[in-house]
Amino acid sequence: MTSHLLEARGIHTYYGASHILHGVDFSVRPGETVGLMGRNGMGKTTLLRSLLGLTRPRHGEVRIAGADMTQAAPYAIARRGVAYVPEGRGIFPNLSVRENLVMAARAGSGGRRDWTFERVMQTFPRLAQRLRHGGAQLSGGEQQMLTIGRALMTNPDLLILDEATEGLAPKISREIWGIINQIKQAGIAAVIVDKNFAAVSAVADRIVILVKGATVYEGASAELRAQPELHVKYLGV
Amino acid sequence: MDTNTFLIQVLNGIQYGLLLFLVASGLTLILGIMGIINLAHGSFYMVGAYLAFSLAQHFGSLWLAMAGGVVIAVAIGLLLEWLLISKLYHRDHLYQVLLTYGLILIFEELRSVVFGDDVHGVAIPEMLRASIPLTETLSYPVYRLWMSAVCIVLAIGMYLLIQKTRLGMTIRAGAANREMVQSLGININLLYRLVFALGVALAAFAGMIAAPVASVFPGMGNQVLIVCFVVVVIGGIGSVKGAMLAAILIGLVDTFGKVLTLQIGGVQLLPELSGMMIYVLMAAVLLARPQGLFGKGG
Ligand SMILES: Nc1ncnc2c1ncn2[C@@H]1O[C@H](COP(=O)(O)OP(=O)(O)OP(=O)(O)O)[C@@H](O)[C@H]1O
Ligand SMILES: [Mg+2]
Repeated sequence: MTSHLLEARGIHTYYGASHILHGVDFSVRPGETVGLMGRNGMGKTTLLRSLLGLTRPRHGEVRIAGADMTQAAPYAIARRGVAYVPEGRGIFPNLSVRENLVMAARAGSGGRRDWTFERVMQTFPRLAQRLRHGGAQLSGGEQQMLTIGRALMTNPDLLILDEATEGLAPKISREIWGIINQIKQAGIAAVIVDKNFAAVSAVADRIVILVKGATVYEGASAELRAQPELHVKYLGV
Repeated sequence: MDTNTFLIQVLNGIQYGLLLFLVASGLTLILGIMGIINLAHGSFYMVGAYLAFSLAQHFGSLWLAMAGGVVIAVAIGLLLEWLLISKLYHRDHLYQVLLTYGLILIFEELRSVVFGDDVHGVAIPEMLRASIPLTETLSYPVYRLWMSAVCIVLAIGMYLLIQKTRLGMTIRAGAANREMVQSLGININLLYRLVFALGVALAAFAGMIAAPVASVFPGMGNQVLIVCFVVVVIGGIGSVKGAMLAAILIGLVDTFGKVLTLQIGGVQLLPELSGMMIYVLMAAVLLARPQGLFGKGG
């Protein structure tokens, strides 16, 4: 028995012949917020997709809530309490805002229904005013909120956010970080991929850095904040 | 053409259009949502007609035949999706065309072995055998009105299913982003299996209710398939609403095309013209809207 919510070991993932992930270990404890960082093209998205069953690792093992999910279908992985907010958002443009949310509604592990439609509305008042709009009519920030709200409707134990603030105005970005904080306070574990070190390290308990598909750093946020030379070396900031 | 004949032709055109809609709506869903070009869809229409024919003989009632036929059609749909169609999602359209064309040949051969190559008739159920007199010489059969009514009820049911239920939202979402739907914990393979079975059941049901008026004959599926592809293209791929509008249009154009060419000078001038009318309509629509009436742009 491990106390890990998600535990991946020795992940090797390929796109065709190109070897992207070189034996990555990655784990998340219940309620823990993990920042996953690295420059462009280092394999962050690929790692998330490998965990979610969307891109199959060629070697390695993925366990979620104790069960081996390495070969499981993406929907089965999601049903173990993992919700995904992909890079580029992934809203359904042909559905209304309300439909985007309602279609995802589901009880979480142990039948938990903490996140109801009403609670999501309270968390995202901007969406409440746009329920009848089509998903494609929203601004970038609103679309991002919709994807996060939709993920919450599945009552996840673990929320995976890939570049949730990418391309957003600073004000909207701050709003999203505020929401991420609320989600953390609600006790939901999270994996956050983002290029903004200050913001990630402020909310994350632990930070993992990937360089060319391998983990080069893993440690508490505060620890990494105290080592600016590593920021330059691995993150280019 | 006097008013009564005109009215009768309008009713016939709409009734034919509604019937086409039942077949075409499944075709457009399977193509638009699952991305599968299903040439065998017309075969399901034929299967429905032959099921109505044989089960009606067996049960002595077309109603029981329809009930049993729909159950069998759903089973055929689930089985085919599971065994064959599910292997095609990640394949090129060419594979889909080859496999589903193969299915046409198999269904035709099975039909030939089991039922022979004769044309068969199916009796209209007793309670719908009457006609409504319009004038002293003209009347309209109640069965055709019943057919239209049933098609309208099914169309409304489909509209509600797709627009108002969570299942419908999920189906539409799957058309936009298959991967995301799965990441929300929804088994999209199961969803597709249901959509496919629904499409098969609708096409087969269309064949069943058409059997008493159109009779049951070899190759009947292919005729319907081609017209239904025209409906799908005009309506816009994946759009059930578009399929409805296009089906009624095609129904009317086809019906009036046949009547009007007969009329010119009492001589049958260019009889081929009537058969071409729907393609002319398709070309005209595509010139103005390449994506079809309700298709997504781009
Ligand atoms: N579908 C694909 N096919 C082939 N190569 C890919 C594919 N997706 C990503 N790659 C390659 O895999 C490597 C890792 O990509 P990945 O998207 O995981 O990086 P990332 O860390 O998420 O980058 P970014 O910060 O730009 O999002 C890159 O070199 C990229 O070019
Ligand atoms: Mg990425």
